[in-house]
Amino acid sequence: MLDGRPFDILDYLRRDLMPHFLCPGCGHGIALRALLWAVHETGIAKDRLAVISGIGCAGRLAAYIDANTFHVPHGRALPFATGLKIARPDLAVVVLTGDGDCLAIGGNHLIHACRRNLDLTCVMLNNEVYGMTGGQVSPTTGAGRLTTTTPQGNREPAFDACGLAEAAGAGLVGRELTLHPPTLKNVIKEGLAHPGFSFIEVMSDCTEIFGRKNEMGSSGEMILSQASAMRPTSYGSRGATAPFHPNAFPTGVLARNERPEYGAHLRAASASDDGHD
Amino acid sequence: MSVQVRNLQGNEACALGAIAAGCRFYAGYPITPSSEIAERMAEALPKVGGAFVQMEDEIASIAAVLGAEVGGTKAMTATSGPGFSLKQEVLGFAAAAEIPCVVVNVMRGGPSTGMPTRPSQGDMMQARWGTHGDHPVIALAPASVSEVYTQTARAFNLSERFRIPAVVLYDEVIGHLQETVDLRESATLELAERKWARGSPATHLPYAETDDGVPVMSRPGDGHRDHMTGLTHGEDGFPTQNPEAVTRAMDRLLGKLERDRDAIDAVDMLACEDADIVVVACGIVARAARRAVRDLRAEGLAAGLFRPITLWPFPEQAFARAAEAAKIVLVAEMNAGQLRLEVERLCPPGARVVGLGRIDGTPIAPAEIRAKVQELTQDA
Repeated sequence: MLDGRPFDILDYLRRDLMPHFLCPGCGHGIALRALLWAVHETGIAKDRLAVISGIGCAGRLAAYIDANTFHVPHGRALPFATGLKIARPDLAVVVLTGDGDCLAIGGNHLIHACRRNLDLTCVMLNNEVYGMTGGQVSPTTGAGRLTTTTPQGNREPAFDACGLAEAAGAGLVGRELTLHPPTLKNVIKEGLAHPGFSFIEVMSDCTEIFGRKNEMGSSGEMILSQASAMRPTSYGSRGATAPFHPNAFPTGVLARNERPEYGAHLRAASASDDGHD
Repeated sequence: MSVQVRNLQGNEACALGAIAAGCRFYAGYPITPSSEIAERMAEALPKVGGAFVQMEDEIASIAAVLGAEVGGTKAMTATSGPGFSLKQEVLGFAAAAEIPCVVVNVMRGGPSTGMPTRPSQGDMMQARWGTHGDHPVIALAPASVSEVYTQTARAFNLSERFRIPAVVLYDEVIGHLQETVDLRESATLELAERKWARGSPATHLPYAETDDGVPVMSRPGDGHRDHMTGLTHGEDGFPTQNPEAVTRAMDRLLGKLERDRDAIDAVDMLACEDADIVVVACGIVARAARRAVRDLRAEGLAAGLFRPITLWPFPEQAFARAAEAAKIVLVAEMNAGQLRLEVERLCPPGARVVGLGRIDGTPIAPAEIRAKVQELTQDA
């Protein structure tokens, strides 16, 4: 927290990089604001914050944050963050990633990061599509959805990222919409505060590409439809062929798994502490 | 360590050399014939305050190594051919973002899964050009267990000094060879430490031109709050597609090693001064070539040995001198002629380049090199 000042996003942005490159209506900006708000309220100094991102629309966000930022190859943010956090436990290490980056090309890294339970906060912005490359199907695209690579509709079921993270052993798992930024901020705060691996899925919306292709309306309509959809207990229970209800799944902190934190275990195993800093 | 002269395996010497050079983080994935390096690091690192992590795959291993490096900890990963292929993506990121790291490749037969327990030198060109795009790289090729120790340490020094990935490249025979190593050499080992950014964060440009071409890195937590990216970036570290800024950045990146080749180049030569025929070889093949050259000299043939210890960038000036008087240059290597391509490119016009390759998973014997030289000199 900057000397007890109220949150002002401009304190946390590299203002000389504005205007940002996000499309009008994109939910990523709301998610970025919620993350920085959570950082502010948690009291993490910008010098002690490291944000690692991969490739894609979510991947480009790290550059806008006035912190120690790393834009690494596609899918590799989690293992890069793993090395950094082990070397520098004094830093708050946040991974900012997208559904393709985190669940497809980086999927193996995600499940093992959950299993390892190092104190990282992984914020995955799920917009259900590869936006940066022009709108191809992603691991979270709903069944039947049209994308540039599913011209007859998506035949693959969508991943339940939170179910995956919980099953793989993540210390904290949460999901939130962008509809209520304060609620989203609070869930991210829970992740930042958790002493272990936390996975937060943020339901974003790709209005310009995904929304337009599927006639989902404006950004406001897309976000409201996420909120109004029915919420069965499990994302996966919809089945691959059932009608698609955008983000018809539970939100909030979904799971807590109190397990030993990996970095503390490594430090305890080490005879002395001269390897750090 | 009380015993200073020890019988070590090549891969063990690699681990000990890394630790002597200040390596305090290792991330790896099991692969034959390099796994002993990881096993040794897992045992040794916690005792010196370091950390060992076995990652989920080869890509994660090198990504974790880079994460540790940007945090300020010297770090290494080791692998073999197939794993080296997987690491290329992130190796390119290290070259582009200028993050120091050491990658060991204990070469086995290829292509693909190939012959995991058999020696090869099939990754010479992968070490140079494995990742996409134009990029600088340093690769070192030790030929004895003792040299694995010193060259692994040297890889760390060069990597830190030039902010570049440094590859240590040796074949399975060197990796599993047992030889005596005098660890007292480590007492005289000079360690290169990274220049860290100081002064005002407001005026700090993370990729600014410097006297030696190597930009000054900032450490997270010191207040600079830099951005690092694999996108082509300008002096401020942020992406650019401005042709002039890109040209300036790439010229510096590709030229930085040329500013101090004396610190990088390293060769070993035997009887090249008056040699009619110069054998070029590295790793275990150079050991066979040394025996062959000595035998040939005893027979009265003017043979010499040129052994690049620094393989990339190829020590071209030293080679030009070694081959100045030669009529024939014989490149002996456990592949189908990779190093030969580089030697052909650099060979003085008066000499003919001939290859002696082996790709059947067996090392080249001294008698083979001797016979080949005898055959070539009879022809001449």
